[in-house]
Amino acid sequence: MTSFATETIGTTLVVRPLGRLDLVSAPQLRDIIASSVANGIVGVVVDLHGVDFMDSSGLGAMINGLKATRQAGGNLRIARPAQQALVVLDLTMMQQILHPYASVEEAIAAP
Amino acid sequence: MARPADIEYKGTQLLVVRAFVFLSLAFGLRYLQWRWMNSLNMAQWWVSVPLVVAETYAMIDGFLFGMTVWRSGHRRKVEPLARPATVDVLITTYNEPIDLVMETARAALRIKYPHATYILDDGARDELAELAQLEGVGYITRSEEWVDRPLHAKAGNLNNALMVTSGEFLLILDSDQVPDENILDKTLGYFADDKVALVQTPQHFWNVTRSDPLGTQATLFYGPIMRGKDGWNSAFFCGSNAVLRREALMQLALTGYVHDVAAVLKSNLRGARRVLARARHQAPDSASIDTSLAQIDEAIEEVRSATRRGVSLAEATLQFQRRVNLISREAIHRDLQEIRRDLEEIGDDSGVADALMRLGPDDAVVDELAQLEASPLGSLSALMEMVASLDVNRAHESQPLMPLAIISITEDMATAMRLHALGWKSVYHDEILANGLAPEDLGSALQQRLRWAQGTLQVMLRENPLAKRGLSFAQRLMYFATMWNYLSGFATLIFAATPMAYLLFDVRPVHAYSVTFLSHLVPYLLFNQLMFVVVSRKIPTWRGQQYSFALFPLWIRATFTTVANVYFDRQLSFIVTPKSRARTSRAQMLKVVWPQLVTISLLVLSTIVGVIKLLAHAAPSVEGVWLNVVWVALDVLLISVVIQAAGYRGFEVAAP
Repeated sequence: MTSFATETIGTTLVVRPLGRLDLVSAPQLRDIIASSVANGIVGVVVDLHGVDFMDSSGLGAMINGLKATRQAGGNLRIARPAQQALVVLDLTMMQQILHPYASVEEAIAAP
Repeated sequence: MARPADIEYKGTQLLVVRAFVFLSLAFGLRYLQWRWMNSLNMAQWWVSVPLVVAETYAMIDGFLFGMTVWRSGHRRKVEPLARPATVDVLITTYNEPIDLVMETARAALRIKYPHATYILDDGARDELAELAQLEGVGYITRSEEWVDRPLHAKAGNLNNALMVTSGEFLLILDSDQVPDENILDKTLGYFADDKVALVQTPQHFWNVTRSDPLGTQATLFYGPIMRGKDGWNSAFFCGSNAVLRREALMQLALTGYVHDVAAVLKSNLRGARRVLARARHQAPDSASIDTSLAQIDEAIEEVRSATRRGVSLAEATLQFQRRVNLISREAIHRDLQEIRRDLEEIGDDSGVADALMRLGPDDAVVDELAQLEASPLGSLSALMEMVASLDVNRAHESQPLMPLAIISITEDMATAMRLHALGWKSVYHDEILANGLAPEDLGSALQQRLRWAQGTLQVMLRENPLAKRGLSFAQRLMYFATMWNYLSGFATLIFAATPMAYLLFDVRPVHAYSVTFLSHLVPYLLFNQLMFVVVSRKIPTWRGQQYSFALFPLWIRATFTTVANVYFDRQLSFIVTPKSRARTSRAQMLKVVWPQLVTISLLVLSTIVGVIKLLAHAAPSVEGVWLNVVWVALDVLLISVVIQAAGYRGFEVAAP
């Protein structure tokens, strides 16, 4: 069972999924981001450090989040993907679009 | 390409098929070689050349068919999936009768394998929503993101549902396709192979009589053709009665998203200079706007250089959007200060000037004005559109991820082709596991064919399989075969016109209608027909052959309208096939079949003229006339099916 820890740092919501970010848990991540945007927190960083398995639906939830935050004038960034998540990013060529940051701090601080 | 290990190419049956494919192609090549090299009557090249081109077209069609059925084997029985899987059954509907949808939904609930059932109602009907809730069926309509954005018909309906469901596998059903309770047990086993993305089963219609007057029972397609395509790992998704792997669809959506965002950005960066120049030209003469345009130019240059440096597109466009927002605020601020100076000059003392004085570019009011696009730049719509497109959120679409392809009104085939190009495999399971409703009058049957033809040709023009990266050579040919087939209208027109030209005007496409001619033609035609006989065995295929010939006006129309759609952006109407009996009047029928009526009349007329000439000893050659009369008779026999069908009034259940 995947759990999601959230923390607000400054004006940014940091989401930390723990376990599998897959078709089962993706809707949860989507809802977390959607309600954050609805509450006016439009800067989101997803910390992938605790994700031991990510599939296309998991990555898809983040792309949906990217659109939702950007349309509200914010942004979504990802940080600390593990090897398996990097493979998924490469397979879909997503690194052209999303840059994986080395740390949450960097993802928050980047201009 | 290695052939799939789990397909059996059983004994003599397939051997016989291959023998006849070989003979038919060999005699075909012999005939065609003689036609091109030795037979052309170049004195009347304007009939000879079109005919030989049409014959070459047909020969290529025959070759592709032969290649397809070459691997038309049978799949071995598959073991059930060893692990538990989650499945969503998705029933798509738009305007079909509510009873019909609910009957399918009830049957879906009865499917034995554990699953969740949803009705995807693009008609958003309250009555259906209530019934679904009452009977424990999920009910999904479009989310609000789709408002004022392209709906993409059935593909959009499914894409919307994929974002709010989570089953590992998806059984897709049209609202009239009543599933068998074992449909999942019999198909899920194939997914034990991690690379399998799709299992398609046949579409079968229970409301079609044995004689199938409208030719809707696609027995040849959902038989030797799909089994053959399966042999080449090219069986494609046919829109219903298929199980798909969510992971494969989502992967397709993600790669599609990356590809589209990058392509749109690239083309917009390329066109940016032109858009800016035009904006400069159109903008009112103002130093302030000139400043803003120069700043935007710089900002675009920065995106260009950032992407060249390998900065990710999300970051590069984020900086750009922020910069443009600032530029826009500054422009508003300059305007407001201009107003202040004007007010001061006329000695206004209402206090407005003072209030404006205190406004900085970061003020909330300025922010609001920028949000409203009240900036002086807002009027330059082409520029604003270009600026908005330099982003990664696919603002013109409802959702960034579109698992089912939206480039064609036959999303199913386009999606399958992309799955194959990504390296996924497909399976055709040749067992009827759902029963549906075919159109019951000629008008709606033709509408359905037109839509398939247009959709397939859209894929050919937008994403030609012959040039599609990731597909094997055989897969390219298999997809191309289906598209090539829809171009047949032009060839048919020539096959109908050539004998008329001879009988009426003595115009010959060959030097002579002689024994040499027959000795080349007859073996080819004979073995070609024999090939059909052995391929189809007990399956009736004559009806299909008749329709593919007789519907030539429809195929020609499909080609022209699709070219207009793809290259000139003309609208292609999407018409959902009516599933209930629509009574069509005689006048309406005439409107549908007049090209066939005219063709038959002309064929008959030319026969009469030809025979009269023969009796009056004015014919160029006796053999020529007889041969052309036989040719005309064949044309009439093929085309007449449409005339019979025009009178068909639907399926009647026989009294017990």
